[in-house]
Amino acid sequence: MFSNKIKMILLLVLVALLISACGGTEEAATPEVFKVAVVMPSAINDLAFSQSMYDALLGIQTEMGAENFEFVYSESMFVVDDAAAAIRDYASQGYNLIIAHGSQYGSSLQEIAPDFPETSFAWGTTVDTFGLPNVFAYEARSEEGGYVMGVMAAMLSESGIIGVVGPIETGDAKLYVDGFAAGVAATNDAAQVNSNWIGSFSDVALASEAAQTHIGAGADVMTGTAQMVVGAVGVAEENGVLWFGTQSSQTSLAPSIVVANQVYRWEVVLNEMIELIKGGTYGGQSFLITLENGGLVIDYNPAFTLPAEVTEAAGAAIDGIIDGSIKVTP
Amino acid sequence: MIDQLFTEAVLVGILASGIRLATPYLYASIGETLSQRSGVLNLGVEGQMLLGAFTAFYITFTTGNLWLGVLAAMFVGLLMGLAMAFVTINLQAEQGISGIGFYLFGLGMSDLLFQKMLGTVATVSGFRPIHIPWLSDLPIIGKILFSQNILVYGAYLLVAVTWFVLNKTTLGLKIKAVGESPQAADSLGVSVSRIRYLTVSVGGMLSGLAGASLSIALLNVFQQNMTSGLGFIAVALVYFGGWRPFAVMGGALLFSMVNSLQLWVQVLNIPIPSDFAVMMPYVLTIIALVITVQRVRPPSALTKPFERGH
Repeated sequence: MFSNKIKMILLLVLVALLISACGGTEEAATPEVFKVAVVMPSAINDLAFSQSMYDALLGIQTEMGAENFEFVYSESMFVVDDAAAAIRDYASQGYNLIIAHGSQYGSSLQEIAPDFPETSFAWGTTVDTFGLPNVFAYEARSEEGGYVMGVMAAMLSESGIIGVVGPIETGDAKLYVDGFAAGVAATNDAAQVNSNWIGSFSDVALASEAAQTHIGAGADVMTGTAQMVVGAVGVAEENGVLWFGTQSSQTSLAPSIVVANQVYRWEVVLNEMIELIKGGTYGGQSFLITLENGGLVIDYNPAFTLPAEVTEAAGAAIDGIIDGSIKVTP
Repeated sequence: MIDQLFTEAVLVGILASGIRLATPYLYASIGETLSQRSGVLNLGVEGQMLLGAFTAFYITFTTGNLWLGVLAAMFVGLLMGLAMAFVTINLQAEQGISGIGFYLFGLGMSDLLFQKMLGTVATVSGFRPIHIPWLSDLPIIGKILFSQNILVYGAYLLVAVTWFVLNKTTLGLKIKAVGESPQAADSLGVSVSRIRYLTVSVGGMLSGLAGASLSIALLNVFQQNMTSGLGFIAVALVYFGGWRPFAVMGGALLFSMVNSLQLWVQVLNIPIPSDFAVMMPYVLTIIALVITVQRVRPPSALTKPFERGH
């Protein structure tokens, strides 16, 4: 089919590509630079889970300086197979730390990590390192912030009905919602929390309709978790219903109705990991972000005037959780 | 527990949100009905919707003009439709595969543009529900039917217009002839490719509009992959409705109402696990699909490229 001439040209092109590819690896980075690669399920600007990690890495880079800390990312990796390929590619390119930011990537990591014993891997949210010496795990105790939000929500609700829009009843979404409900119950046991799990992390339309349903059922305060809640925030704003955000700050989306956000600050655990890796420990530990270690922060919307007694109650809840006098999980 | 569902407030809520949720499905599936009636299966609907949704959002976000957003979304959908027509009609590519290709293009492109041009999730003030004097104030009916935004009304009007075009005009006759027996239509002097170009481009335009109805009327935000499979449900609804506009509308309404019913089931704390509740509309769609497919036959030339003299 192909003439010899075409075969020859193809061969030449291949050789040329090979040479240029090899050329690329020769200019290896100076060893002092700490290089991180991260694979994320949604976009870095989702105002939720992926953005929390992106913002953390950006913060570390600002702190350490771009000459000492580099990071690259692959976002919107909802296909786990693609993510696995990306993780393997990063590993073979000599990154110091590769973060698989999503619990769906666990089994891929378990398979890949043993092939690269000199590379450190981290994944979350989970506490499972698979017993591998080069895998870290990280988890958010999102029920803690959820509880604080619940306390505020119960005090601000006049109808006593509070709506929750969640993705799938599992992981940190479930932790957050359980904590939120516990906070509401502890503050006003007559208040009712209606939860709606829409079965999707991306269906913005259904999240928005779920919010309409809550408002139809009389809710005047709502919260929700995962990246599809932007649809629900829009509905809340239109109807003047208060909103509590989590994972990242959602204040910019609707400054008039967002009361506060629980913000994940992964830098706390990332800094620990980086120190360990520099010291020669590549994994085997799991980390938590909590209110106590500053990995979870309650970020108030400065444009929203919160009654003083609500701020005080929230502060008391934070202190109680930190000193252990409040037990969030039953 | 179950009797809580049969209160006025809940029933009004289910019907009103069912009608609203059906809007994007209607635009997309009516467009798909047209193109399938002429023999072209367009699986790229989802991608066309995503690009339409982004365009409408971006134009509205920068200019503040909602109608300009709608027009731009339709234009982008039209371009996508023309490209699909070129690939399937002139190049005679396999329709299912090229449709998936256009879907993936729309998914990636809308995400790329979103990242580069907006950078973050933002909101616009979209189309508001219209208050129609007297009608909107009617008890119950007013809240269900007459408190919606203009794009919702447009979708239902489109169903009637499409029914009229397909069944009462020569153009409709030509579209159906091209979809059933392109050879016969060709021998009678009907240009098969011109008709298919028309239906596939109009289909693309309507998918773009479906995206706009999401991003600047129902949700007023844009997020990557915000349609999350809605375009594929729209294609399924065409089969569901047996390629007839009003039956397609019935399917869209049924699917959306069951969806809003399951939202209420959860809010009222009726003890059904959320995973089962979420499954309800899909299970129902599959059952209805199995039943309708037994009765109705698809257009004979569906997915078959046309070549003279074959």
